[in-house]
Amino acid sequence: MAGRTLYEKIWDEHLVAAPEGESAIIYIDLHLVHEVTSPQAFDGLRLSSRRVRRPDLTLATADHNVPTEPLSVPVSDPISKRQLEALEENCEEFGITVFPRGHENQGIVHVIGPELGVTQPGMTIVCGDSHTSTHGALGALAFGIGTSEVEHVLATQTLPQQRAKTMAVVVEGHAPDAVTPKDIVLAIVATLGTGGGAGYVIEYRGQAIRDLSMEGRMTLCNMSIEAGARAGLVAVDNTTIDYLRGRAAVPSGDAFDEAAQRWRTFVSDDDAEFDKTVTLNAADLVPFVTWGTNPAQVVALDGLVPDPADFDDPDVKSTTERSLAYMGLTAGTPMKEIPVDVVFIGSCTNSRIEDLRAAAAVARGHQVAPSVRALVVAGSHRVKNQAEDEGLDQVFLAAGFEWREPGCSMCLGMNPDQLTPGQRSASTSNRNFEGRQGRGGRTHLVSPVVAAASAILGRFATPDEVTS
Amino acid sequence: MKEVHVIEGRAVPLERADVDTDQIIPSDWLKRVERTGFGRGLFSEWRDDPNFVLNDARFAGATILVAGPRFGTGSSREHAVWALMDYGFEAVIAPSFGDIFRNNSSKQGLVIAQLSVHDVEELTALIAEDPNRLLVVDVERMEVEVPAAGWRRSFALDPMTRERLLNGWDDIGLTLRHEGDITSYESISHAPSLHGLFDESGHLLTR
Repeated sequence: MAGRTLYEKIWDEHLVAAPEGESAIIYIDLHLVHEVTSPQAFDGLRLSSRRVRRPDLTLATADHNVPTEPLSVPVSDPISKRQLEALEENCEEFGITVFPRGHENQGIVHVIGPELGVTQPGMTIVCGDSHTSTHGALGALAFGIGTSEVEHVLATQTLPQQRAKTMAVVVEGHAPDAVTPKDIVLAIVATLGTGGGAGYVIEYRGQAIRDLSMEGRMTLCNMSIEAGARAGLVAVDNTTIDYLRGRAAVPSGDAFDEAAQRWRTFVSDDDAEFDKTVTLNAADLVPFVTWGTNPAQVVALDGLVPDPADFDDPDVKSTTERSLAYMGLTAGTPMKEIPVDVVFIGSCTNSRIEDLRAAAAVARGHQVAPSVRALVVAGSHRVKNQAEDEGLDQVFLAAGFEWREPGCSMCLGMNPDQLTPGQRSASTSNRNFEGRQGRGGRTHLVSPVVAAASAILGRFATPDEVTS
Repeated sequence: MKEVHVIEGRAVPLERADVDTDQIIPSDWLKRVERTGFGRGLFSEWRDDPNFVLNDARFAGATILVAGPRFGTGSSREHAVWALMDYGFEAVIAPSFGDIFRNNSSKQGLVIAQLSVHDVEELTALIAEDPNRLLVVDVERMEVEVPAAGWRRSFALDPMTRERLLNGWDDIGLTLRHEGDITSYESISHAPSLHGLFDESGHLLTR
């Protein structure tokens, strides 16, 4: 018998029932809840007089709607306010721990899970949010679900599921110094396309992945869904174990060693077979930026805006034309000559301490270009506090960046942080869809260091262009 | 969920690839706590354009949406499905779909029919020729048909989704038939309980 992949091991361990002629039922170890995709699920429970089966495996936080203004400023949008209140009321009624705006543990749901240590290897984790794939960085099977499934998990702590196909994405060799985890994942999304991962769970493998810190692996797994895959995984190694040690929800002492021994089994067997393998060479990678309106439309920072005439496929040609028209770009323009209006450093992709350190190192001693508004939004209060302890807030503020309260913020513009029509952003978030950051806004996805360099030079730029 | 057997109606062609769920229902609409009323937000950023196909009077009242490849990728928002159904759509036909969107559709009874790129192009041409042509999406036979044109194609539907549509089954009810299995699984589960980790206000307790 061939060995099993990491995905297959987690699947097998969580199989509750496999009734003949029906979907398999798998157990969910952790259900993360936020204000946007849960209110209708709680209503459903009330309508059918159902309880939350395992409040002790459920954790809620406010993130999508929260304003990033100082906490003394009330929530100005009455509809957002009502949704934030509904989360607190629902959690109170059903006995779920919740972190509302301003709470010391509050933050973006995919930032707080790993940082509190509630995300652990080998677990199944779901949340009504497609970027739940982030938690796969710790060797957990984590994926986004819709509101009907949120209600299903609340009521039963399980989900009917079909087994996914497995894909190995191997990034061989060491990445060059200028290449960040964001550049690696943009290259992967560009290679697979927005639908290439549909039906698959991806396991990221190879030297360049092993070299990544946990924060880097989270950036990578976070954008699995941008390639169409519901989940991304990285096998457990010493980096994983070191990250977990000492976290609040992680056992300590002998219990930690015991847990660590079990966690180390969450790797694919040497003889495991994947349904598909895609290989990239890390040496070929460079800093990247998206030019269009889907995250697979990627070009090197040193490259040019593509020309629709370069594509033979009529669909790709017309999609390219449409994207360029929306983005207000002319084919053949060097990316580095395009001015930016707004820089956003934040989101569940790139708002962790390492991201902020990297961006601050570029910004230190420089000034944001006068034409640019630059926002830094830490992923959680813990990240924000740590950054302040390290003096990063002062670096950003001295350079002219805004230092704001944690939340999803301008990644999707559900709070007041939005682009105005026609504004162009360099954003460390995950989606450059039309109108994603505000109606008519034009989003370019970049790494934190490219975002910081672009803020300073007022155009797309790499950090090496910011002279010290 | 309501039983779905056969959908018969006129169709509207949305000739665009990569229509993500942010386009189907922009995030501004996600602040609502209700499940109804999302139809007004459907494709709202495009509906200001008088040339947008949903503003074309010839397609008014269509109940079947014919879309391009990778329809419904991106965000997990089930609001996209609610918006399509609230607007009046009962089925979406496209060459491929986002996984989460497909799943969400199956929970609400929105029928997802996947046909090849070539078949979708043919179908789009048939609708363009005569927007009054009736389409039939048959869940039982797993077929899309344009009877007036003698055009018929099969589509795949996983057996469980088909059964659920035909019977209008509620997923939670189905799962709870296996509650005994869930309870016995819980006795061997490794899921780390959060019990005792936080106090009533969500602050960490020292352990």
